[in-house]
Amino acid sequence: MALFLLQRLAVLAATLVVASLVVFAVMEILPGDAAETMLGPTATPEAVAALSHKLGLDLPLSVRYARWIAGLARGDLGVSAAYGSAIAPLIGASLLVSLPLAAMAMALAAAIALAAGVYAADRRGRAGDAAVMGLTQIGLAVPNFWLAILMVIVFAVTLRLVPAGGFPGWGDPARAVAALILPAIALGVAQAAILTRVTRSALLEALNEDYMRTARAKGLSRRAALWRHALPNALVPVLTIMGLQFANLIAGAIVVENVFVLPGLGRLMLQSISNRDTLVVEDGVMLIAVLVIGLNFLVDVACAAIDPRLRQRAA
Amino acid sequence: MRVLLRGNFSLWLGAVLTGALLLMAAVSLVWTPYPPAAIDIPHKLAPPSLAHWFGADALGRDVASQILAGSRVSILVGVVAVGIGLLFGVALGLFAAFRKGVAEDAIMKACDFVFAFPALLSAIMLTSAFGPGVVNAIVAIGVANVPIIAKLTRATANSALAREYALAARASGRGPVAIAFDHVLPNIAPALIVQATIQFAIAILAEAALSYLGLGAQPPQPSWGRMLSDAQTVLYNAPRLAIYPGAAIALSVLGLNLLGDGLRDALDPKLRARRS
Repeated sequence: MALFLLQRLAVLAATLVVASLVVFAVMEILPGDAAETMLGPTATPEAVAALSHKLGLDLPLSVRYARWIAGLARGDLGVSAAYGSAIAPLIGASLLVSLPLAAMAMALAAAIALAAGVYAADRRGRAGDAAVMGLTQIGLAVPNFWLAILMVIVFAVTLRLVPAGGFPGWGDPARAVAALILPAIALGVAQAAILTRVTRSALLEALNEDYMRTARAKGLSRRAALWRHALPNALVPVLTIMGLQFANLIAGAIVVENVFVLPGLGRLMLQSISNRDTLVVEDGVMLIAVLVIGLNFLVDVACAAIDPRLRQRAA
Repeated sequence: MRVLLRGNFSLWLGAVLTGALLLMAAVSLVWTPYPPAAIDIPHKLAPPSLAHWFGADALGRDVASQILAGSRVSILVGVVAVGIGLLFGVALGLFAAFRKGVAEDAIMKACDFVFAFPALLSAIMLTSAFGPGVVNAIVAIGVANVPIIAKLTRATANSALAREYALAARASGRGPVAIAFDHVLPNIAPALIVQATIQFAIAILAEAALSYLGLGAQPPQPSWGRMLSDAQTVLYNAPRLAIYPGAAIALSVLGLNLLGDGLRDALDPKLRARRS
């Protein structure tokens, strides 16, 4: 396990370095002179030079990259051009909305997927299986932001049960969680559809294995064998897909936050795009990449902990 | 073709829905009830009628015309983004399968890496750096498609290369390019077609999300995603405006996904043998 961890850590570090280089290249090198873009076409060369100097844009690329990374490591994300304040607290506050939203959506998706996946696999080829698979097709096809708008129409516009959007803050936890329920459903449904399909097919594969025959032969009931032997074995692909889907979940959160006017990371980044506040977007994208890469690292380690064969294969 | 379609409900429904999407785009090229971008304030928020089948939006634009014309952006983005994915993905995947060793490892590691940047995130980055527009959306979605196609190509090409016909071709002295085109590609094409269909669906969803956020198609070009964000501003007065474009997206995506699933069943001889 130690060797496996060491190998995975090395890959993690290398991946993070490459990710930071890509983000830096797309945001800072490709677009040309950021100061010129910020000041517009009417700016005098002196003003552009002054702003370039103030933003440190006149420094060599390697120095700028090193400063950015050193700042990230210290938790100093720089200063927002639009808000005139430090970026770290802005992003920190937005994460207090986005992370709980993503966690609620993932929990919802996992709960639905486990129940529906087991149900469908247990009834393979019968009406219940077909119904679940049909529903997953619909779950995959409905865009999360449309589902979000439809829920606003039903629950806010027609029934007037909940406000159409906004976030009351964590001072009132009950209302804060309530404000995240519809967004979490909108975000979780597509993930639930994907995970249900993965759970079902992983279970069907596990059900065909020799150890299942052994379990039945030693007298376990079909259902007991399914829960005790097939499901733990099916969890590795499910966990892996959950990890891979996390990136899409965060991307989806950006859109859904916008429907419900939630002050999350996605909304902050979109506002920063219209404010031409490039550094906020750069930090935000990098943070999401770190979260995604870090989570997939944890999933790899978790899978290796569940299934010793994965450790040996890597070593 | 008859054998292909027999008893395959997914393929039927998928083909009909996808055909309808393509037909809409084709019709919109020569005819829409009104010019899709024509503003007509006196008829703003007009309810559905014979003159305006789906009513008119907050600026009096005919919704049916916009739905028809909006299919074009979806198809354009889907075709080009999937094209980018196939072009680079197949090339990288084949290269990895033929070269093996370090090249294969490096390409596969790079593919895993790109998964960390979903299309929407890349598009946000590109838009922030270069400004919004359809081209950035296409590039972002296309780049996200490359690793998916590359991984599939490598996996299927590896198993094709291990078969007797590929070994025989190699033994008879044929070069890798000839083997790739004559023996590997024809054998992995079904898997690629199925995946391309599903990526097409994902591209339509991504384009709609980007246009909804204002990062994709720009006015006056009609797009389903932007229609939804326009509809959201008049949700209390005319919630119906949010129904049509969303339904158009969902039905298109459903059609392509079903078509992909149906094609997989139809093109996989093992599954077909089991059914008949």
